[in-house]
Amino acid sequence: MSASTIAVPPRMEAAPSPVAPARPGRGRPGEGRAAWILAIPFTLLFLAFTVWPVAQSLFMSFTDTKQKDLRTPFSVNFIGLGNYVRALSDPVFQRAAANTAYFVVVGVPLTLAVALLAAVALDKGITRFRAVFRLGFYTPVITSIVAVAVVWRFILQPDAGLLNTVLSWFGIQGPNWLGDVQWSMPSLILMAIWRNFGTGMIIFLAGLQAVPYSLQEAAAIDGANTWQRFWHITFPLLRPTLLFVSVTTAIGYLQFFEEPFVMTQGGPLNSTISMSMYTYNQFGYGNYGVATAMSYLIFVVIAVITAIQFRVLREKA
Amino acid sequence: MLGSKSRFGKWWVYLVVTVALVMVIAPFAWMVLGSFKGEGELRRVPPTWLPESASLDNYTQLFAQLDFGTYFVNSAIVAVVVTAGNLLFCSMLGYALAMLNFPGKRVLLLLVLATLMIPGVVTFVPLFVLVANAGLIDSLPGLFLPFLATPFGVFLMRQFISGLPADLLDAGRVDGASELGIFARIILPLCGPALATLGILTFLGSWNNFLWPLVVAQTEKTYTLPVALALYSTGQNNTQYGLLLAGACVVVLPLLVVFLVFQRHFIEGIATTGIK
Repeated sequence: MSASTIAVPPRMEAAPSPVAPARPGRGRPGEGRAAWILAIPFTLLFLAFTVWPVAQSLFMSFTDTKQKDLRTPFSVNFIGLGNYVRALSDPVFQRAAANTAYFVVVGVPLTLAVALLAAVALDKGITRFRAVFRLGFYTPVITSIVAVAVVWRFILQPDAGLLNTVLSWFGIQGPNWLGDVQWSMPSLILMAIWRNFGTGMIIFLAGLQAVPYSLQEAAAIDGANTWQRFWHITFPLLRPTLLFVSVTTAIGYLQFFEEPFVMTQGGPLNSTISMSMYTYNQFGYGNYGVATAMSYLIFVVIAVITAIQFRVLREKA
Repeated sequence: MLGSKSRFGKWWVYLVVTVALVMVIAPFAWMVLGSFKGEGELRRVPPTWLPESASLDNYTQLFAQLDFGTYFVNSAIVAVVVTAGNLLFCSMLGYALAMLNFPGKRVLLLLVLATLMIPGVVTFVPLFVLVANAGLIDSLPGLFLPFLATPFGVFLMRQFISGLPADLLDAGRVDGASELGIFARIILPLCGPALATLGILTFLGSWNNFLWPLVVAQTEKTYTLPVALALYSTGQNNTQYGLLLAGACVVVLPLLVVFLVFQRHFIEGIATTGIK
């Protein structure tokens, strides 16, 4: 059977939606003034610390700004796309872009899969201690990446590390996780999944609980087994949630920085250097123009990938 | 008929989620237990779980020789100021955008929404130039000023206040309350859940923030905990494992306590906003 044979009942409106009715006229005298008094503090801080830097960052990315221009950020030479060309033809930046792509392309689907599995297990599989498991699985999310990276560096040590010790119980000789070019990136991905799947799980749980029970019941009466019910009813209804979690996870992973900074410093042999980390390094060398061009490249990639995810996941099925 | 799963099926799921929970929690347990161990025990192969002779040496060294007390206070000041600023400024603008008419409203709202997704890596270089020219590098104001007013907070507060009945305004006006009085005495007291969510998420984000304090805090007097821990753990001469694990505990455990106390608001906030 397919989902299209099921008549979807109209959503029950529990109460009239609390949307403010359009108030006639241009409001009370003094309303505009009061509104601006409320708006001014945020607006000033927002213009100074968000809008202005975003604009100046774009300007800088087309100039040869260096650290020595710190005091006079506008008396610099305009060099067109020079910084972008330099970034894109820099083999280390290319390596960083490839590493970031690896981290996102492998890390995001795995994180989503673990999050969805955990959510389904907690929603359908168990009835007791649900809150305890939910809390436990979510705990890594709230911790500082720097702190967990320090801890994981020990866990992943080749000889005295916890992971290889556990593997040795099963007769497996674990690799030198962070010291091996082949294993360094998978190690960071493993840690990222561990730290981040809790967020997706919570959101998937909320999405699963919004799937109407009557729909599941109707399908069960029609003879659909558990797997069919999940695949044809739950999964399509979960699509908006899936879109949301995949977009937010991908945006976060595209900027990964703390993990390589603390665990590998980008090594071995640049195998874990990320775009954000290399941008930070360029800033450290004083190449402000190049750093801002790189940051805009990251921004463009984030925007493009978000748009693609909307395309692929939104209007299907 | 949906609930008629066999006892065995459920038992099997419990086993799997319990094993998963042990795997998720194990790094924390190992971190806490390891912070009480001596250097020799931490380097032993195979590693031990329970400390053979538990001691607080790592912690005393952390606070007596390494000034983690200062870093802790810095982290706390920055997080409290950033949280207070966001609660105040974002609820003020969120209310104006949700309930009031004023010239420039549409432009402001569009600007806030447009910057909602811009990553921090885009702004940190010009922000550094700005803060440096203001003479605020290596100062606590340099650490918290750029984060006092964030678009996400406005978005969250506006969404929540839009859901409150607009009749409240008219009732307040009939009773003679001033426009600002309506906000302070009628709207704000109703914003508890949204303020709790925003407050917790902001505090968490500030406590764990790394890139900006790494750039701005240049001497030990302004280090925050994550910066101190990261620089100490990547430093050339520092390979004292016990100290690093104790340092990680000092970064993680206070937040863990906050989280456990407020976890209901936390998890509801995540489910509704999706932002960690």
